[in-house]
Amino acid sequence: MRRVAVVGTGHTRFMFNSPKTEVEMLAEASMDAINASHLKPKDIRAIFTGNVLGDFSEGQGMVQSYLANDIGCFNIPASKFEGACASATMAIRDAYMWVASGFYDIVLVGGTEKATAMGTPLATRTFAMFGDSRYEYPAGFTFPAFFAMEAHLYSKKYNVPLERLKEQMALVSVQSHHYGMKNPHAQFHKEITVDKVLSGFMVTSPLQLLDCCPFSDGAAAVVLASEDVAKRLTDKPVYIAGVGQASSGKMSSQYKYLPRLRARELAVKQAYEMAGLGPEDIDVCELHDCFSIASIIAVEGLGFAEFGKGGELWEKGETKTGGKIPVNISGGLKAKGHPIGATGASQLHEITRQLRGELVDEGRQVAGAKVGLVDTLGGDGVIVNLILKTD
Amino acid sequence: MEYKLDFRTYSDALKKNKLLGLKCNDCGTFTCPPKMTCQECAGTDLEIVELSGNGEIVTFTQTFVAPQGRECEAPYTIVMVELDEGPWTMGNLIDIAPDKINMELIGRKVRLGHKVFPGDTYSDGEAARPLFSFQI
Repeated sequence: MRRVAVVGTGHTRFMFNSPKTEVEMLAEASMDAINASHLKPKDIRAIFTGNVLGDFSEGQGMVQSYLANDIGCFNIPASKFEGACASATMAIRDAYMWVASGFYDIVLVGGTEKATAMGTPLATRTFAMFGDSRYEYPAGFTFPAFFAMEAHLYSKKYNVPLERLKEQMALVSVQSHHYGMKNPHAQFHKEITVDKVLSGFMVTSPLQLLDCCPFSDGAAAVVLASEDVAKRLTDKPVYIAGVGQASSGKMSSQYKYLPRLRARELAVKQAYEMAGLGPEDIDVCELHDCFSIASIIAVEGLGFAEFGKGGELWEKGETKTGGKIPVNISGGLKAKGHPIGATGASQLHEITRQLRGELVDEGRQVAGAKVGLVDTLGGDGVIVNLILKTD
Repeated sequence: MEYKLDFRTYSDALKKNKLLGLKCNDCGTFTCPPKMTCQECAGTDLEIVELSGNGEIVTFTQTFVAPQGRECEAPYTIVMVELDEGPWTMGNLIDIAPDKINMELIGRKVRLGHKVFPGDTYSDGEAARPLFSFQI
């Protein structure tokens, strides 16, 4: 297999109530990625997209074909990947494999979503479609409820008193808002405090409003190319060194393993083994913090903390720039926003910029970062991981 | 290959307070909710069994923000119950004061009832789900 690099990236502002359509947002991010790669649309050989609820939010399916036509990539193969919130990362992994195999030299990958157009009740309903519709939705299952049940399970299993766990969770959100302030693409530019998190209205116990990421509109895109092509286009190629993906069934089917998510542990193992690296080699990580407790569970599954001790990383400041494992220096899903079909491409955009050292001016550069990890969760059990590195 | 126990059969039985599951004749594991293969060994030599409906709460949440069409149900309590036969199943909890919903719920013994979700625009009809209450 050939080495594959990220050449250029594009990212819209993440926001509430975008005046743009999903195709428009993705076309803007895509053209930025193509221009940043010193390419023209005619150079793109195939398109891979993530988009989840375009049909519900604006009555638009098949955004990939309209994107191709809009940006002047006329008639090329364009495919859509659906893995709930991990859709774009799934698209990236597949795009990577097509380039690595030699089938294509240059491809475009991106994702887009306009969840806020649905409003909270319909968005809550449609997001719940990525749980089991027959055996779990009838009980009123929602995504916050999944992670709320994970939080109570975590507290019990690891004997972390709920009060302490809630403070750790609050610290996760506080840090995300801190870095979101510095990210011009972020949905929220507002500092919050632990007290503010702990006094928010209860969404589903024990998750309060600021434990939860927002509904968001936005898009992100990247151009991937084979190593030889990438070296001609940029002097800062960021290589995809490892990829991993795994799936799981409904929450109850994961029973004894919970609150751990086996799919993450299997996916990241694939990525680490492929890259010949381990958690100790990761300089910066963008992980799937859809809910504050999800971050704590994720750092453990990715190998950055012992099980039951993930929250201590935030208590000790180890997740900040300069810490042992900087996490979500973009603001994460919590503050940057979570347009679900776009999130994986946004995470890759962020890690690419970190590894290129482009975030000094924004005051959130992880000094000397050479290796980065992307972690994206879809529904109650699809996980995709990517490991990026520079030479 | 047909399902030994499909959703419709499971739901219809639950409407009579019978919780059906599958017992694996290869490894002895009980699988519930049912699926095509054994949850542990992927075996297909399965037989339909009626589970006791007794178990204990392993985790829970009290939900205040309901999905579209279900606002009138909120707040409601979702519980994950480990059935005496081993599998976990999701349902709702009744007979509890809202201010008593806390970590003390974990480990409480419950027994099965049911409630029918009548369905909505997206659900292809109704679905029964377990409705748990405390064992006396």
